[in-house]
Amino acid sequence: MAADARPHGGIVPSDTHAPDAHAHAGVLQHHFDSLDQQRDASTLGMWAFVAQEAMFFGGLFTAYLVYRFLYPQAFHLGSHQLNILLGGINTAVLITSSLTMAMAVWSAQTGRRKLLTSFLVLTLLLGTVFLVIKYFEYAEKFHHGLVPGYNFNQAHFPAGEGGHVQLFFCLYFAMTGMHAIHMIIGAGILLVYIPLAAKGKFTVEYAHPVELFGLYWHFVDIVWIFLFPLLYLLGRY
Amino acid sequence: MSAAVAARTLRPNYLNAAYGVKSWLLTKDHKRIALLYLGSVTLFFAVGAIFAGLVRIELLTPEGDFVSSDTYNRLFTMHGVVMIFFFLIPVIPAVLGNFLLPLMLGAKDLAFPKINLLSWYVYMVAGSLGVYALIQGGADTGWTFYPPFSTRFSNSPVTLVALAGFIAGFSSILTALNFIVTVHRMRAPGLSWFRLPLFVWSLYATSVIIMLATPILAITLVMLMLERALHLGIFDPTLGGDPVLFQHLFWFYSHPAVYIMILPAMGIISELVAAFSRKRVFGYSFVAFSSMAIAVLGFLVWGHHLFVSSQTAFAGTLFSVLTMLVAIPSAIKVFNWTATLYRGSVSWQTPMLYVFGFLGLFTIGGLTGVFLATMGFDIHVHDTYFVVAHFHYIMVGGTLMGYLGGLHYWWPKITGRLYPEFWGRISAILVFVGFNLTFFPQFILGYMGMPRRYHAYAPEFQVLNVLSTAGATVLGVGYLLPMIYLVWAMRYGKKAGANPWNAVGLEWETSSPPPTFNFDVAPVVDHEAYDYHRNGEGEKKVAA
Amino acid sequence: MPRLHLDKPGDYPLAHKVIPVSTYLAVFSALLVLTALTVFVAFHHLGDPWNDVVAITIALTKATLVVLFFMHVKYSTAMVRLCVVAAILFLLTIFGITWSDYWARRVPAIRVQQTTYGVRE
Repeated sequence: MAADARPHGGIVPSDTHAPDAHAHAGVLQHHFDSLDQQRDASTLGMWAFVAQEAMFFGGLFTAYLVYRFLYPQAFHLGSHQLNILLGGINTAVLITSSLTMAMAVWSAQTGRRKLLTSFLVLTLLLGTVFLVIKYFEYAEKFHHGLVPGYNFNQAHFPAGEGGHVQLFFCLYFAMTGMHAIHMIIGAGILLVYIPLAAKGKFTVEYAHPVELFGLYWHFVDIVWIFLFPLLYLLGRY
Repeated sequence: MSAAVAARTLRPNYLNAAYGVKSWLLTKDHKRIALLYLGSVTLFFAVGAIFAGLVRIELLTPEGDFVSSDTYNRLFTMHGVVMIFFFLIPVIPAVLGNFLLPLMLGAKDLAFPKINLLSWYVYMVAGSLGVYALIQGGADTGWTFYPPFSTRFSNSPVTLVALAGFIAGFSSILTALNFIVTVHRMRAPGLSWFRLPLFVWSLYATSVIIMLATPILAITLVMLMLERALHLGIFDPTLGGDPVLFQHLFWFYSHPAVYIMILPAMGIISELVAAFSRKRVFGYSFVAFSSMAIAVLGFLVWGHHLFVSSQTAFAGTLFSVLTMLVAIPSAIKVFNWTATLYRGSVSWQTPMLYVFGFLGLFTIGGLTGVFLATMGFDIHVHDTYFVVAHFHYIMVGGTLMGYLGGLHYWWPKITGRLYPEFWGRISAILVFVGFNLTFFPQFILGYMGMPRRYHAYAPEFQVLNVLSTAGATVLGVGYLLPMIYLVWAMRYGKKAGANPWNAVGLEWETSSPPPTFNFDVAPVVDHEAYDYHRNGEGEKKVAA
Repeated sequence: MPRLHLDKPGDYPLAHKVIPVSTYLAVFSALLVLTALTVFVAFHHLGDPWNDVVAITIALTKATLVVLFFMHVKYSTAMVRLCVVAAILFLLTIFGITWSDYWARRVPAIRVQQTTYGVRE
């Protein structure tokens, strides 16, 4: 049954949707019926993405679980090489950045433009502090010959354990490295969002880009919440 | 009358909405993106098919006389990589799913049109890397990339190929994310979950698998690439690692990937069975739930790939039992399709021929899967041609038959033109005959003990191998024909009306080809799927 | 034209829910306290496997706090919760089943079977 040739529900069949065309519909994309629908869809999409990210890190955690189970002693030895002070500080830094991110979302939702910008800047700063501390930690490992595939010195460790400690460090670098890459991506997105926030692009009605980014940032924080005890706190007693 | 015809030809649709390369490369229209995918996926299919052809030529004679063993390793590896990562996984979701999902839901587009386009670009980046790796000689590890061979010994561009697989994974993740949100949030008023076409259910189940399994492959390939590039020992036993862990992680993705490939084909079969039997699919909700059951169970069975990889007998038993459970939802589907045919008014158009092909071949593929789930038998035929035949019955006999059936069925909707029915039937028969001639002998070869992945074999296997190569030739012709006449039909085929098959379903309620925003009037749904007896559609013959 | 959403008809719970600042501050303090606690416990031997159990429990508690409040899951749709649950379930699947294979290698009864079975040495 061929439908009659009525124009498409009053919507101009054009492929270009200038975001700032009109006040309310400005941020509403053509294929959604309402802002609520659009917002709900993108939230669900972001959560599906976060679930996907969780599985991505899950592969590394599986490797950790297996090798930790097989070589508990070597993992203790490896863990003792990590700097618990720097790791602890970084945990606090990251948790604080999660708070500032949550406050940024709150500011966006309540329409506080200046506060939103400041909290985003603060989040970026804390993220950077985390990465700088991580850099010093990595540098220390390079210095001490603890980098697998580069200068790992098995002689540091009791005979028979060196290879497995090396495995610990493979996982240490893979897990914290993958986490750091996610932090860097997050920092990059913040660099885009901060000027937009300053220009007042995010309004009470259009707060969800900030909310969605918040989900990402908190997820990265959660990964670290697990990495910290699993990597730094083994056999400290 | 002629004025009306003229008005209809000038009707704006997604194809004539804009012209030029830019209008295609920057499109956010899911229908155009589907066609972009159709082109690129077909290209990769051709590449993969050429490798298959070369493999079959080598296997004509027992001696390794056509290519060297090293070249042969690269041929079958690249055949697998290209066919799996660049053809079978994206083919149905990204082409037919992309085109049809919003139409079937009564939506204007997918939830995230830009992400949809991005997924195609990501796919093309991965594909280009794959092609570049081919130019570099291609990998020789088998598509499974098992370490320590892949990380320490192989002298082929393994890293490149793994990187291509890694990137291709993100393309399917983006598509899956889009589908999940679209199914949840973009349905037309009244279109409740149990009114959804079964193709939508199967795409949804597929998307869930993609979202949860693909990231594991991604991180596993990252570890593999790191290990190869930096000489780490994550999976290397000489450095303390465990290669079996790689296999666990790899198959956690790659077994569900089998269901990523077959589930959408099952969805298509449900659509076709209903349309060509003029009946509602028997046991609709069972078929719908069996898709979800397969999606979940598919995650629990990966260890049957590790029966002889020094997995423990404990894990082997566990996986063996779980694997057999998958047969239940699969059989539910097959029985329900068969029951749908019962007392239906069945017609024998090309798509339906593919359905019958699917039913037979998938059943054989599935049942031999149960054989292989039995550990004792698996140890006998592990890494033989029996396994090769089994998974080709599922992948080619299942997925490809479903895809071709769906492509013919929806071709009038996609292009607004009918394909030539005579040639359609000829090629469907050629595909079925060619397929069986190619792969049935391989069951026997495998059972007799011919191992897979060798370029030479014992002379007593030659007769069956020649049969298999002959079959591959027929199969090749069977695939070439649709490529020619479908393209031909785009220009010269008879014009199709909005609903050439007299089928029910929202996609048939808009014109062919559909307008850019799919529906002139936003549809409202007040009836079940496949309601062939509502407006007397069931009494109408399949037209076309 | 409004659309019915049969997952949760016309209902977008997240749409206008703003979590008060006091909640965020409380969660933040809890996270810091738990971090201090996990470090403190790590330096005391509780006997196998209790150090691990405590560390994981604290990490899970912290993650739950972040998910529920910072990520607003406490106030979100059933679908969002399903995403969280699905990720957790499938992570448990890959952890559990993979680990069970390695665990089984340690169990003598299974090893004996293994030898007679002729798969491993």
